Amino acid sequence: MIDNETGWLLILVSSLLVNNIVLMRFLALCSFFGVSNEMETSVGMGFAVVFVMVIASVVSWFFYHAFLDPNTVYAAIHVPFLTWDLTFLRTASFIVVIASLVQLEEMFLKKYLPALYKSMGIYLPLITTNCAILGVAFLNIDYNLNLLSTIVYSLGVGFGYMLAIILFAGIRIRVDRAPIPQAFKGYPVAFITASLMSLAFLGFKGLMGL
Amino acid sequence: MTIIASLIFLGAVGLLLGLGLSIAHLKLAVPMDPRQKAVLDALPGVNCGACGMPGCGGYAEAIVNANMPVNKCTVGGQETADALAEIMGVEAGEAVKQRAYVLCQGDKETCPARFEYKGIKTCPAAHLIASGHKACTYGCLGLGSCVEACPFGGVTMGENGLPIIDKELCTACGKCVAACPRGIIRILPADIPVVALCSNRDRGGSIRKLCKLGCTGCSACVKACGEDAIVMENNLPVIDYDKCTACGACVEKCPTGAMTG
Repeated sequence: MIDNETGWLLILVSSLLVNNIVLMRFLALCSFFGVSNEMETSVGMGFAVVFVMVIASVVSWFFYHAFLDPNTVYAAIHVPFLTWDLTFLRTASFIVVIASLVQLEEMFLKKYLPALYKSMGIYLPLITTNCAILGVAFLNIDYNLNLLSTIVYSLGVGFGYMLAIILFAGIRIRVDRAPIPQAFKGYPVAFITASLMSLAFLGFKGLMGL
Repeated sequence: MTIIASLIFLGAVGLLLGLGLSIAHLKLAVPMDPRQKAVLDALPGVNCGACGMPGCGGYAEAIVNANMPVNKCTVGGQETADALAEIMGVEAGEAVKQRAYVLCQGDKETCPARFEYKGIKTCPAAHLIASGHKACTYGCLGLGSCVEACPFGGVTMGENGLPIIDKELCTACGKCVAACPRGIIRILPADIPVVALCSNRDRGGSIRKLCKLGCTGCSACVKACGEDAIVMENNLPVIDYDKCTACGACVEKCPTGAMTG
């Protein structure tokens, strides 16, 4: 398991390969299957997910430690009336924070980085409800990570998603050229392909002691 | 107590974020031309990319922001061009009706197969195996990837193994062009009088052994043309239809029958 003492390389290997967010934890599946028909859209989606995931993780980390569970911060200052425990609100407040954040990011990109917006801006609304973003925000809290580890971990998860979706798109394009029985065309064969990939990624278990 | 606290907390968070987003929306707003929505509604919405833009949204943006001509939509045709011209307040111009042409005459008799192909019955797959099972490596494989690609049902596979394009149903969207792994299908103006139905870019008489109707690159059509409308490019004739008078001299002089009119 990951904690604050784990080196950044081990964190990256764990989040990218051993516990791949799509193929091992089965999160972010709807965008994974929806966007992977072509290679270009998959690459764009991968970059968008990395971008949103890192920023969303950092912002939710700050939000959690400042407002929901400020014990860690204020305990140091020993101010009793400024400590409370609203950790149970994290689901609702993370969703609100992440959704607003993605909206803000989209507006910001559209205004100040139009080139970047053209390449991946259309995927941003798709990511608002992507469960991987919320999942990573939760995992950061569960593992009690400090800020640096949070950034490294979410980078790793984002790139793990990108790796999975690019590999999957490559396979899916070739599979679609073959004569698939009518009952399996489209999503059924895609699911079978993804599960075979997931089996392959099982091979990473135990890598580097993780 | 916790219930009230959490209600107040979440309410405050929601309110603040909502206010923040509204302010951001005002400050970070990118001014969008109001005509863009009207233009987008007037377009057919097929998102085929025949206009050269990424989908109808891309074309709408190009029309409003980049002054792109309004007659580029081949699916919508003249009707759409006129509607767009009205919204933008410009001249509609001629929407040149285009359609797809299969530049190959190598059916099962004229261009026989080199071997019996038992693999995956799609054109891209067949093309990967030893450059395909037809004698001419540039010719139509006849497995029908273009037929599947057409969203309007405009392409049907003829009995002789060549695709037939329906003049009425074809909207020149370009999906069959993309589906053909050999680039045999091309989009050209709909009313051209002559065209060379061959895609073989090799030169010389060896082509006669592969396909009876193939273009050898002999340039007889170039010499025959009184208007200098034909040039040879990659051993295939390219006709300038602005100069072509439809006299038919090139069709007469063509020794193989590749030039058709």
